[in-house]
Amino acid sequence: MHRTHVKVLEDVLDANGTIARANRADFDREHVTVINLMGSPGAGKTSLLEQVVASLPGVRVGVLEGDVKGTYDADRIAAKHVPVTQINTDPSFGGECHLDANMVRSAIPSLPLGEIDLLVIENVGNLVCPAEFHVGEHTRVMVTSVTEGEDKPLKYPLMFRACDLVLVNKIDLLPHLQIDMERFLYHLDAVHPGVQHIELSATTGEGIEQWRDWL
Amino acid sequence: MHELSIASAICATAERHAGGRRVTRVHVRVGRMRQVVPESLRFCFDMVARESLCEGAELELEIIPAVLSCKACSHEWEIESPPFWCPRCAGGDVAPVRGEELEVESIEIEEQEDACIAHT
Repeated sequence: MHRTHVKVLEDVLDANGTIARANRADFDREHVTVINLMGSPGAGKTSLLEQVVASLPGVRVGVLEGDVKGTYDADRIAAKHVPVTQINTDPSFGGECHLDANMVRSAIPSLPLGEIDLLVIENVGNLVCPAEFHVGEHTRVMVTSVTEGEDKPLKYPLMFRACDLVLVNKIDLLPHLQIDMERFLYHLDAVHPGVQHIELSATTGEGIEQWRDWL
Repeated sequence: MHELSIASAICATAERHAGGRRVTRVHVRVGRMRQVVPESLRFCFDMVARESLCEGAELELEIIPAVLSCKACSHEWEIESPPFWCPRCAGGDVAPVRGEELEVESIEIEEQEDACIAHT
């Protein structure tokens, strides 16, 4: 018995990357732009979607909801009369903390790609894992909120670096909080220099127009 | 806990290259800018490797430092934590040169010499 050394040189997430490219090809074929919406649990991802999905002039929106469990978010979006599909990452308790390309692939047949222009994939609430898994999106948006504190970009640098737009939600609560917005923005720029951000509130509607314009 | 997904992918990659033989060691290069916790990855790997060709294999993790390059002044430097601004010109348009690796570099497999003898 002897041991042989075998060169492999293969990306560990190559399989995920291959499926993500297949998803992207399907989206492109149907001329659907896809956003991967990420952020911590409770940051306001669904609330900010509720504000815009039914009111984008000339843009038909569909939503893919990723959650560990339940259809609460999907029900909220469905109430806006836009097509929504739910993925649960585990049918019992626990389950994956992120969506991967294969989960999104399995949902593609139930998405009305021919009837929409924009698909928003709302990822599982988590500031770490979703950043590691591409799902076939064209762009990435993350939602953070002022209640999470000014240090979050420094604590989760890769999530803040992985996105093209940062939505800073719940600014209506600023008068009640200790957070120093200038320091938050300084930290954000230190982690992702020059990244675009929008300060808004899903509750009062402040800044929502800017979010709608960006979309 | 995406280490479980990564461990499964490492195990599957190693098995695909093992040609049905037992894997004794898997060498993985992990960049500092990947969010991988080595202890957690090892724990998950031992778990997913059970009853596979990788059962009992040693997971060798080579940690690659993160190196950035400034597009404005071409300066390259190693970074351990934010900020990501260029230390020479303070520019913000920077790109990673190293530190984003997550690859199975090589595996070590057990060859059964007596298997050849048995065939002849």
